[in-house]
Amino acid sequence: MKYLPLLLLAIVWELVVQLGLISRDLLPSLSDVAKAGWTLLREGDFWTNGAASLYRGGMGLLLAIAVGAVLGIAMAWWREVDASVGPLVEALYPMPKSALIPVTVLWLGFGDGSKILLIFLGCMLPVTLGVYNGARSCEQALVWSARSLGASRLRVLWDVVLPSALPELANGIRTALALTFVLLVSSELIVARAGLGYLIGFLGEGGVYDAMFAVVLVVAFLGFFADRLYQRLMHRVLAWRD
Amino acid sequence: MVDSTADSVKQIAVERVSHVYRPPRGREVLALEEVSLEIGVREFVALLGPSGCGKSTLLYLIGGFLPIEKGAIRIEGAPVAGPGPDRGIVFQHFALFPWRTVKANVRYGLEKLGLARAEQERRAQHFIEMVGLKGFEESYPSQLSGGMKQRAALARTLAVDPKMLLMDEPFGALDAQTRSLMQSELYAIWERTPKTVIFVTHDVQEAVRLAQRVVVMSARPGKIKASVKVELDRNDPHIYRSPAFAEKVDEIWSLVRDEAIKAQ
Repeated sequence: MKYLPLLLLAIVWELVVQLGLISRDLLPSLSDVAKAGWTLLREGDFWTNGAASLYRGGMGLLLAIAVGAVLGIAMAWWREVDASVGPLVEALYPMPKSALIPVTVLWLGFGDGSKILLIFLGCMLPVTLGVYNGARSCEQALVWSARSLGASRLRVLWDVVLPSALPELANGIRTALALTFVLLVSSELIVARAGLGYLIGFLGEGGVYDAMFAVVLVVAFLGFFADRLYQRLMHRVLAWRD
Repeated sequence: MVDSTADSVKQIAVERVSHVYRPPRGREVLALEEVSLEIGVREFVALLGPSGCGKSTLLYLIGGFLPIEKGAIRIEGAPVAGPGPDRGIVFQHFALFPWRTVKANVRYGLEKLGLARAEQERRAQHFIEMVGLKGFEESYPSQLSGGMKQRAALARTLAVDPKMLLMDEPFGALDAQTRSLMQSELYAIWERTPKTVIFVTHDVQEAVRLAQRVVVMSARPGKIKASVKVELDRNDPHIYRSPAFAEKVDEIWSLVRDEAIKAQ
């Protein structure tokens, strides 16, 4: 029921095209888009290109989470790290990451490597800042409690500081997840030989607009689905919050 | 002649300790000035004073949480070098790990001791039942009331069997009824398993209700103003209405009043 407006939009889309209110050259009908999508699915184009995108996005995001989390914790815990890396993080954070597309291609070529590097670079800082802010807001009394219960200083990092940072880390990862889709599709659109972004560009240039729209819809749905899945997961992981 | 009563054996010795508090912004404050204090084995001492008198700072120094800059603090003769499980701490705002259940919170210190899992479980359960939290083992702190949170925190601290109990206004965040109940229970626990207790509070009645000795501190800079022995029958359910209690409260209140006015 919540998604009723979406259903209405789909009906309106189909109607305006069927009634000739909008030219089919600008907007193919939804039913044509669905048919073209079905063909792509049956002939395997979706799967090969989808797999390439999934691999790049997954690797880039995982690397960004791993390195970003370690960096954020280190910045929060050691003053020296904060002083040396902090200004760099702050300066780079607002930079439009898509500007790095030519740079990563120059370094790693047209294949998976350049996409993974781009996503890694673009998604790391939101994770870093999330962990950093979360760890900084960790209650002193929690750290002291753990210390007086026999935990070493380093152990406290794992037992107390990291879990304290978890809610903020989760927010950082959510931002990174959305960014992954943006960077993945735009980099594949510009320079790639496979991937869903590449497929959109390829079909568009060839004038196969119904199929192009099908891939655009799939990418939009994947982004939405990934976010919902992630939120479900976090709801479970962070169940201890009120 | 060797005096061998428990009270006379020194456990904590604070010697001419001064401490400067440096806020991230703003002026430095002399929080403690030349504080000396001795506390005996299994003695129950209340540190009483207006807010800002440095009583919590003194507690944190004994706990090893803050560096000792001037003077010395010795625990059984050895200088304090950081926190340790010989000194358990209980905070005003409970400081439970919110991502751990009650049981897992109580188990935390037992994990650090390296006990076998079965023994951890057994001891955690014992202390949870002792503080009256049976049935709430699997609850998260966010699901508990303030009083229950403090019971859980107390169980977590007691489970590792510290020789000394440092309590930082532990009942200050509780409503009056819960506070009174917790006072009785704390006293009962202390009677059964005597430990050295340092109990920081700004509540004169609470100090007199619980402590064998009330140490009154003066406002900025924090100094020890007086040390008053309190001998009352704590198991008297009507202790609050006894004349001896009222007399002690009056005596100590007169010592605190000037400081409280100064602190405003």
